[in-house]
Amino acid sequence: MLHSPVERVAEATPHAIAKRFRGLSDRSLAWLFVAPSIVLLLAVNIFPLIWTIRLSFTNFRVNRPNAEVEFVGLKNYISILSDKDIWLTMQATAHFLIWTLVLQVLIGFSLAYLINKKFRGNDLWTTIIVLPMMLSPAVVGNFWTFLYQPQIGLFNYAVGFLTGADPSSFSMIGDVSLAPWAIVIVDTWMWTPFVMLICLAGLRSIPDSIYEAAECDRASKWRQFWTITIPLVLPFLMLAVLFRGIENFKMFDLVVQLTGGGPGSITELTSINLKREAFEKWRTGYASAYAVILFVTVFGLASIYVKALNKVKQR
Amino acid sequence: MTFRHVRSLAAFGAVLAAGVAGTSQASAKDLTLCWAAWDPANALVELSKDFEAKSGVKMKFEFVPWPNFADRMLNELNSGGKLCDLMIGDSQWIGGAAENGQYVKLNDFFDKEGIKMDDFIPATVVGYAEWPKNSPNYWALPAFGDVVGWSYRKDWFARPELQAEFKQKYGRDLAVPKTFAELKDIAEFFQKREIDGKTVYGAAIYTERGSEGITMGVMDVLYSFGFQYENPDKPYELEGFVNSANAVQGLEFYKQLYDCCTPPGHSDAYMSEDIDAYKSGQVALHMNFAFTWPGINADANVGGDKSGYFPNPAGPDGKAFAQLGGQGISVVSASEKKDDALAYIKWFAQPEIQQKWWQMGGYSALRKVVEDPGFATSQPYAQTFLDSMAIVKDFWAEPSYASLLQAAQKRFHDYVVAGQGSAQDALDGLAKDWTQVFDDEGKY
Repeated sequence: MLHSPVERVAEATPHAIAKRFRGLSDRSLAWLFVAPSIVLLLAVNIFPLIWTIRLSFTNFRVNRPNAEVEFVGLKNYISILSDKDIWLTMQATAHFLIWTLVLQVLIGFSLAYLINKKFRGNDLWTTIIVLPMMLSPAVVGNFWTFLYQPQIGLFNYAVGFLTGADPSSFSMIGDVSLAPWAIVIVDTWMWTPFVMLICLAGLRSIPDSIYEAAECDRASKWRQFWTITIPLVLPFLMLAVLFRGIENFKMFDLVVQLTGGGPGSITELTSINLKREAFEKWRTGYASAYAVILFVTVFGLASIYVKALNKVKQR
Repeated sequence: MTFRHVRSLAAFGAVLAAGVAGTSQASAKDLTLCWAAWDPANALVELSKDFEAKSGVKMKFEFVPWPNFADRMLNELNSGGKLCDLMIGDSQWIGGAAENGQYVKLNDFFDKEGIKMDDFIPATVVGYAEWPKNSPNYWALPAFGDVVGWSYRKDWFARPELQAEFKQKYGRDLAVPKTFAELKDIAEFFQKREIDGKTVYGAAIYTERGSEGITMGVMDVLYSFGFQYENPDKPYELEGFVNSANAVQGLEFYKQLYDCCTPPGHSDAYMSEDIDAYKSGQVALHMNFAFTWPGINADANVGGDKSGYFPNPAGPDGKAFAQLGGQGISVVSASEKKDDALAYIKWFAQPEIQQKWWQMGGYSALRKVVEDPGFATSQPYAQTFLDSMAIVKDFWAEPSYASLLQAAQKRFHDYVVAGQGSAQDALDGLAKDWTQVFDDEGKY
């Protein structure tokens, strides 16, 4: 009689195959199975990364195949870190990142809290709310340019209707002071449902018995919210912030479609700036250094954040 | 591995090789032409049917929308891709494509086939075919002549009540502007005016940030105000030329025109946005490349007698220039079908094909076509096209043109649309950026 799964698998293996692998140790077999994945990982992730780091110390330009490639040391890195324009794109990215995270967490959690309450049409509302995140960012960027259109845009009309202002008197994507908010609004509209879903999963994972015990202890709803709901949902919320943070740090498509980085360079996020350096100016070495700096930044911040997340989970 | 395995592997390899060879043989008689996705490209598809019928070569087309055209095609050229056998590339690419060996040099082919560059409009030869400029080294055949000019609402200009009001206000007739100052007056006159119960605006101009839009618009004004790319006596000396007092005045003018007279939300507009604004009856004046004029002329809303055309008006010193558009057709070096590609160029260069090209909406650059006595009156915009082509200037066509263009896009958009800094700051910054680019290129 066969007891363990391993024994059952061994018995079920066709004789021809078993014969072919006879003599291989478990360790060798394990390597055999993971080797394709490792090769793929090396080819598409690790090699390009190492190659990018190598290029970042050169003046290589991909559109000059005949030009001599020179080693320039840290020149690209120094040039990037001392470039005023690049710091402006960093500021634009920080503005976008912080405000989208704040708004998405607040609205996403609030929606999840409401949806978690049992009411009629609950499922229908959940479906309606998550619709925006199912759309392509490029499509969203494109149609919001129409919604923001001063003459025919629904957004301007709605603002005009609510405030009494002339809808054509302001341009969300053409005005320096409004454009940074225009991209925040669209990203929040699109991705709040994602945060909501994660929060909803967190809320639904809290056993009712904890609330019932709190009720027995005569804890107020407010106290239950702060001492049960928030601490237990926090790991989920932090996970949502991590996902959205990484995504928005490399935001490209939506903003390119919406503003093209303008007006001027007000909404030129780092990823847009990097793309211009790499594929419009063709400064490959410089762009590689830029990419390495961004990679280290995201990797560093994400590592710190994940440590914090683990601490919260262990509490 | 047993012999049996080796034998079956060899058989599989043979089948695969036969398949690959078969594929390559089957595709030997087709050519892929790469260009931008726009009206003239559709005309070229129709025109090329004649080549297909005569040569037996099947034509394939890869058309990319303008905002992504340069990105997509320069990527193709830089990576040595074999997608395109023929490339109708922008005039500014010629330097890079020539120096990096991405285009086939056509001098020997032209000599052999008796194709003479003297037969083409001189500005298009310099702009689309030559590198280095003004040297007899040809990398393309002028394929599509294009230039920035203006269309305007002739029907609105003809209204007696508007004429009277304009004359009272400005002391002259409401007519085609002779100077940019007059153009601004007209744009201001129409801005937010009620016409047929609809609010209309002054002018649709180029303001696009992402690719080349605002530069193509600003340069029209700067040229006419006295801007020069460099010291005519000392190449690559930019200080005092790029940021001369006249150039600053020109850039200030463009910003004033943007601020006073464009439709709301016109902060990121290029060819298609401008044409939409004009065709929908929103604006009185419309800056755009000449390729849009056949479409305007045929448009149900603004076409026929409702629209007129005029070249760039003059700057303060009475000089007028226009930004060159258009492209030449080149054979891509990486192509494996160069002979067929050259046969296409030979066919395309024929006068009767060029004549047909013009009739179908393509702007021929062949002198025999445009100097024909009937040409100027053949279409309402034909004379304006000729007048505009006579005053063209082009942006840098250096191998580093992309960096030069991106710097201009940023400086111009920052000032004109975002309103940051002054015109002097923008042009000082541009001179600095361009100098840096040329310094990196080892020009100093």
